[in-house]
Amino acid sequence: MHKYYHRVQNIAGNVLTIRAEGVRYGELAEVHSRRGTSLAQVIRLKGDEVSLQVFSGSRGVATDAQIRFLGHPMQVPFTDALLGRVFTGGAEPRDNGPALTDNLIAIGGPSVNPARRIIPRRMVRTGIPMIDLFNTLVESQKLPIFARAGEPYNPLLARIALQSEVDVIVLGGMGLKHDDYLFFRDTLDASGALARTVMFVHTAADPVVECLLVPDVSLAVAEQFALAGKRVLVLLTDMTNFADAMKEIAITMEQIPSNRGYPGDLYSQLASRYEKAVDFEGAGSLTILAVTTMPGDDVTHPVPDNTGYITEGQFYLRDGRIEPFGSLSRLKQLVNGKTRDDHRTIMNAMIQLYAAYRETQEKQSMGFRMNEWDGKLLKYGVRFEREMMDLSVNIPLESALDLGWAIFADCFDPIETGIHSKLIDAYWPKVAPAAN
Amino acid sequence: MADHATGKIVGVNGNMITVAFEGSVSQNEVGYARHGDMRLIAEVVRIRDRNADLQVFDSTRDLMVGSPVEFTGELLSSELGPGLLTQIYDGLQNPLPRLAEQCGFFLERGVYLTAIPRDTRWAFTPRVKAGDKLKAGETIGTVPEGMFEHRIMLPFDVDGSVQVEWVSPAASLTVMDPVARVTDPTGAKREITMLQRWPVKIPIQAFAERLRPADPLVTKIRIVDTFFPVARGGTYCIPGPFGAGKTVLQQITSRYADVDIVIIAACGERAGEVVETLREFPELIDPKTGRSLMDRTVIICNTSSMPVAAREASVYTAATIAAYYRQMGLHVLLLADSTSRWAQALREMSGRLEEIPGEEAFPAYLESVIAAFYERGGLVRLHDGSFGSITIGGTVSPAGGNFDEPVTQSTLKVVGAFHGLSRARSDARRYPAIDPLDSWSKYAPVVPAELVETARELLRKGSDVGQMMKVVGEEGTSIDDFTTYLKSEYIDSVYLQQDAYHEVDCATPAERQREVFTLIAGILQQSMTFTDKTAARRFFHQLTQTTRDWNRTAADTPEFKELQKKIEQMVAEVASHA
Repeated sequence: MHKYYHRVQNIAGNVLTIRAEGVRYGELAEVHSRRGTSLAQVIRLKGDEVSLQVFSGSRGVATDAQIRFLGHPMQVPFTDALLGRVFTGGAEPRDNGPALTDNLIAIGGPSVNPARRIIPRRMVRTGIPMIDLFNTLVESQKLPIFARAGEPYNPLLARIALQSEVDVIVLGGMGLKHDDYLFFRDTLDASGALARTVMFVHTAADPVVECLLVPDVSLAVAEQFALAGKRVLVLLTDMTNFADAMKEIAITMEQIPSNRGYPGDLYSQLASRYEKAVDFEGAGSLTILAVTTMPGDDVTHPVPDNTGYITEGQFYLRDGRIEPFGSLSRLKQLVNGKTRDDHRTIMNAMIQLYAAYRETQEKQSMGFRMNEWDGKLLKYGVRFEREMMDLSVNIPLESALDLGWAIFADCFDPIETGIHSKLIDAYWPKVAPAAN
Repeated sequence: MADHATGKIVGVNGNMITVAFEGSVSQNEVGYARHGDMRLIAEVVRIRDRNADLQVFDSTRDLMVGSPVEFTGELLSSELGPGLLTQIYDGLQNPLPRLAEQCGFFLERGVYLTAIPRDTRWAFTPRVKAGDKLKAGETIGTVPEGMFEHRIMLPFDVDGSVQVEWVSPAASLTVMDPVARVTDPTGAKREITMLQRWPVKIPIQAFAERLRPADPLVTKIRIVDTFFPVARGGTYCIPGPFGAGKTVLQQITSRYADVDIVIIAACGERAGEVVETLREFPELIDPKTGRSLMDRTVIICNTSSMPVAAREASVYTAATIAAYYRQMGLHVLLLADSTSRWAQALREMSGRLEEIPGEEAFPAYLESVIAAFYERGGLVRLHDGSFGSITIGGTVSPAGGNFDEPVTQSTLKVVGAFHGLSRARSDARRYPAIDPLDSWSKYAPVVPAELVETARELLRKGSDVGQMMKVVGEEGTSIDDFTTYLKSEYIDSVYLQQDAYHEVDCATPAERQREVFTLIAGILQQSMTFTDKTAARRFFHQLTQTTRDWNRTAADTPEFKELQKKIEQMVAEVASHA
């Protein structure tokens, strides 16, 4: 079984072809060459020709490289010892810690039976008002963060990792800048959150094939934690790099591209990862937040477009803030009726008035005269942006709701907010707070 | 089994395997790839020399060159018989709840269960007697299935006319028990059970003739029934960008549509959305029958992360089950969400077969495949003179929300109605977000057609004025144009928009649509005089408010009549006539 092959026929891109027999589809192999040893995966069988995708890339692999088949597909260890550790996409330690070989589990497992799924019912608190109050994240939800390159999406993910009330965080980094990787590690370490975090990181300098493995490895580990009763949050950044890695491999394999060079199965590939998000009845849950950068800020680009059809809403990150328009959590109505009775009202009223503020701002910039109402809106808009939208704000939902009332009371008369009088009686601050 | 072909795998590429076979193999024949004790179901998609390419309906992981493949001699088929209703199947008709009992949370590979329970007993009543002559699809007897009289029919694959030799007396039987024995003209005998199998990719045609759809299928969605109606036996499509409300629109339709049976094919979409249907339908009561909505529903559920090849099969499985119930003289609604995912499954397979790609890498035969699917709908007259229909409604998820793509365009060519959802309307929270200017329908509405034409003309004019006002402002618009604009906004907010979550407004029956629309069309045609634009705006604001209240009032209450009178008075006050 574990016989060595050393007759490489072709090397193209990161794929090499050899002649071998008795090889299983999807199985792993070790490629020994002068450059060192790398894992590789069988991606095509044709007669006795076996195509292998080499994880660390084919650079320096010679035609006399030795190849040994391992008889099993890609696996990843699953133990509690994973917590606090950093690995590569190939599940090798990246932090000088010991390699883990216990309790190996296969990656890319079968999908959950829809008949066993339940309607999501618990919110994930993040301490970020733009999420908790306006677009509540729900356990088992899959949500992307759409952003242009250059937006602070990684700091946002780090904040969510630090602040969210979950048991385990799995961070999958794809094509990360090395600086960003260090930023994540140091930020999580400094706050103590690293102890409940597993990181699988592929940096831009690493071989592209490892980038492809990151979501599967991260989600396989997360799924096991969830089955063990943990509430798991998976943070993926950046899924566009993942899609680009798929594109690269597909083109090397001479597949016919469908849209802007991406393979025809882009939707299914993305969906099989995102659909791992689930709430296991009687066990834990798996929630996914994934950054998708939009090349050219274009939401109709194939990657964000296909993602939007798969995920349950989206957050737009624009100018360093979560944009209230366009951002949507499709599952929020399942939980925001059960938090506090003023949650939905505050959510709607604040957004409507903020939309009015934007219109006024437009009028102002065109040089129209401002009336008294416009002045109130301008005051409101500034406070809303500074105290609610700013990403550094970290307050629980209840404080955010109270803050909403305080801002209203500072800027408007009760009747101008259009809020039902019963709620006004219950929540409108009785004494006007000191102006700030 | 000896006369079926066997083979060995010679290649694996994604979910496609290449098999060198011996014996005779037919196109679309089913084969099983063996891996240890596991058998993975696959379908022949191409034959070249002595090699067959098969698409595997499961993950191909661990398959090896040399693994044996057994062919079955059968095409991919559905099981048909009593017990289909209320079931939840995957694309290959595996019952998902029973699969969950056996395998737990995950869909295990290679586990295939029988689609129709074998142990349920049905109260069979014969309809024929020994000596009767029968054709395929004619009734042998009936069993009660929920609220329906389920006809046990002579299998659809029977050629010509056969003679009944024996028929079971009234008895409690399982689907495997014989209910009759027939002899064909050559003298060959055949035993008939309640269960029959039919290849999913071949339409069932055991009826007398196909007719043109004429009667409207009332969905109780005003913009659909009045402006863009669907006919029983017709076809329609709903293209729209993500977040425009395609799935919600289909969910509402599946609840309120005036049909006997609803078949939902959730094809390559989010699992979460199916779960809502799965969990809510058993609780919801169908107002027409007083029974749970699930009693008239079959769900075929092959969500986005389930095997892609089974996604392709799922729409055909759904169409086959729909055709089976149509043969009983029932009206069936088949909802497919989303046909784009199905087309993408075709594209993936075509890519693996290395076929020459058409536009956006979709296969060149995309159009004909889509056309053939929608042609499986239709109104038919059965041999016994009764009528049955299949209405097909498919959503389309165009890339980037741009309708100029192959799937939307191929679909538009073959359907009878087009409900185009627009991002602008959904952003403005105008639900259902069907675009009133771009959409069309070739079927007859539930209200007088000439009234609809007036309303449509007004909407068009109103939209033009609205565009113009963006440039010249309200000051530069004449009061007449401004009134037209307000009228178009009025009909939009009180008639086109509908609150899906309000208990009365969510469903407007045809009778009420006629009543309300006649009144509203009258208002639109009424010329009105206002002192200035502010007065006009205030008037329409109040009129909108009152009409919305009217929409939210049950039709058989005194308030309904009062509000109607109030609206008529309001209009009379501003009416300008001699």
